[in-house]
Amino acid sequence: MSARLYFSRFLAALGLALACQLGLAEEARPLSDDPVTEQRLQAISAELRCLVCQNETIASSNADLAKDLRREIRGMIQAGQSDQQIIDFMVARYGDFVLYRPPFKATTLLLWGGPLIFLVLGIGALQFYLRRRNRVLQAARPLSGEEARRADALLTEPDPADSPLQGPFQGKDLQP
Amino acid sequence: MMKNKFAWILVAFAALVILLAVGLNLDPREVPSPLVDKPAPAFKLPRLGAAGQAFAPEEMRGKVWMLNVWASWCVSCRQEHPLLVQLGKQQVAPIVGLNYKEVRGDGSLDSSKMPLEQEHALARERATQWLNDHGDPYTLTVLDLDGRVGIDYGVYGVPETYVIDKAGIIRFKQIGPLTPEVLEKKILPLIAELNQ
Repeated sequence: MSARLYFSRFLAALGLALACQLGLAEEARPLSDDPVTEQRLQAISAELRCLVCQNETIASSNADLAKDLRREIRGMIQAGQSDQQIIDFMVARYGDFVLYRPPFKATTLLLWGGPLIFLVLGIGALQFYLRRRNRVLQAARPLSGEEARRADALLTEPDPADSPLQGPFQGKDLQP
Repeated sequence: MMKNKFAWILVAFAALVILLAVGLNLDPREVPSPLVDKPAPAFKLPRLGAAGQAFAPEEMRGKVWMLNVWASWCVSCRQEHPLLVQLGKQQVAPIVGLNYKEVRGDGSLDSSKMPLEQEHALARERATQWLNDHGDPYTLTVLDLDGRVGIDYGVYGVPETYVIDKAGIIRFKQIGPLTPEVLEKKILPLIAELNQ
């Protein structure tokens, strides 16, 4: 492919990418002209799960229901309702599931306490394992008196690498 | 010692497999509705096929009834519809059809610039046609053009079916199409119980 053709294709791709960007910007254009309302709408709907695409927030989802709910929330903000009132409105209809941060209560105890339980279990298992390993190591044949002395001697012997003149492979050893 | 360790790994693996198998068989779309055991939200919507008339749930006070959310663009509704038609013939309980976003919900139509009057007329035409084609099990059908009543009922996937008791309390909600099992095991016994 010639460089010119390559470049023109690159330009076309760039143009398409930009067109997509513009298209998206058009779609996300707020319906309300009031920036405060839009900011609150963003903040609230980012805390709420879209029931249709369950891994998206109502703020980010393009599902029809999410659009309807954004419109609903916008209307409630303009009617002067508080954030809590709007959240309560959603929970009354779709349950706690709609909240990205589930509340701490009896039914969510396992959800919130689960990681802690696993941590405690993990620490317990680690402790159990280390203790058993210690016992196994101690139960292994201990050193006799002579072996212990030799081991001590080896450990206290100066490291040959520290004093080059005493190492086993000195240059002079290689001389005839 | 080695055998013991191996057995532990096997047990842990089996536990993990069971956990994942259970997780895979759960339906994440089935979210328990907070509306069960709560009063059915009030609404007043125009009726299909009865020009100028509206319907409100209060009119059903003293009756056990069902509310079925449907739309002509909804594929699963077609799947459950024969069951509803059969149920309608048996006259177990009045079934009210809530036609949900007939025009706006159809992704193949651009209704954003459509005047309300026109949308209303189109919704009536499409809903009537669909009921003619597939059978009409409904005591009456109402039109929820903008889906606002759907929001009050926590609708997030059409079809959905509610069983509402004599006092106007929602006693059961089915998300997704009705199945013969759900009908036989849950809805029919519940209606019988509520009618006592």
